[in-house]
Amino acid sequence: MMHFEYHVEGGNFTKAGAASSQLKKILKQLNVDPKIIKRIVVALYEAEVNIVAHAFEGDIFIDIDTEKIGIKLVDQGPGIADIELAMQKGYSTASPSVREMGFGAGMGLPNIKNNSDELKITSQVNIGTTVELVTYLNQ
Amino acid sequence: MKIREVVELLNAKVVSGQALLDAEVEYCFASDLMSDVLTVETDNLMLLTGLANLQTIRTSEMSDISKIIFVRKKKATDEMIKLAAENEMILIECDYSMFKTSGILYKSGLKPVY
Ligand SMILES: Nc1ncnc2c1ncn2[C@@H]1O[C@H](COP(=O)(O)OP(=O)(O)OP(=O)(O)O)[C@@H](O)[C@H]1O
Ligand SMILES: [Mg+2]
Repeated sequence: MMHFEYHVEGGNFTKAGAASSQLKKILKQLNVDPKIIKRIVVALYEAEVNIVAHAFEGDIFIDIDTEKIGIKLVDQGPGIADIELAMQKGYSTASPSVREMGFGAGMGLPNIKNNSDELKITSQVNIGTTVELVTYLNQ
Repeated sequence: MKIREVVELLNAKVVSGQALLDAEVEYCFASDLMSDVLTVETDNLMLLTGLANLQTIRTSEMSDISKIIFVRKKKATDEMIKLAAENEMILIECDYSMFKTSGILYKSGLKPVY
């Protein structure tokens, strides 16, 4: 059982992906199947970039055991008023500066769903958003 | 086709990762949108993009992409080159437009992902 935590700064695109990159290195060392590594880090990266793009700051908590990886991202930010709407492909409120960085197509949340085995999103407007995902290692 | 041939066809310049010049490429994906790149599931992909920033490299790292061509005269920064080197990627700069680059590579046999 391993536990990791990372802090994420909102708005700072130069650091976006640092946590995902660390997790990728750890999973490689643990000899996890590359296809599963890709699923996990793509999902985490999308969620990490969402904190950078849409929230003020956040923390990432990762738990790895022999059968699964659980990731929880807790942010302080504007929250999501309508999660069902936000989950739809193409829905985005990204700012022009986020779009300049190559994001803001409204593809992230659907892609997180596609790349995880369990996904739970909870949010409170003007407080923040929590994204929890689980990926099983042996399948 | 080998990356070496890609570089010749495009009259392009390798700015990092010369060691990969003899690696094989089969599939290519062209996009300026990192959100799009992250949805592609094909392995061993070469990325063609006009977006030259750190997130291009990060996105490629997460997507297991180790070959990147920057089109439209976009240049890789020192920071990008450093991160690419850490991840054993080859970075190529090309002066042609996305359309011309894609056309040349498609005609010479590189495959699209869909
Ligand atoms: N952590 C968050 N805090 C506040 N709003 C969020 C958060 N994550 C997502 N959203 C909202 O949900 C929308 C859709 O998110 P999604 O990740 O699918 O697309 P995007 O981030 O806008 O673009 P892309 O992910 O394609 O770069 C966002 O535009 C934003 O309005
Ligand atoms: Mg997103």
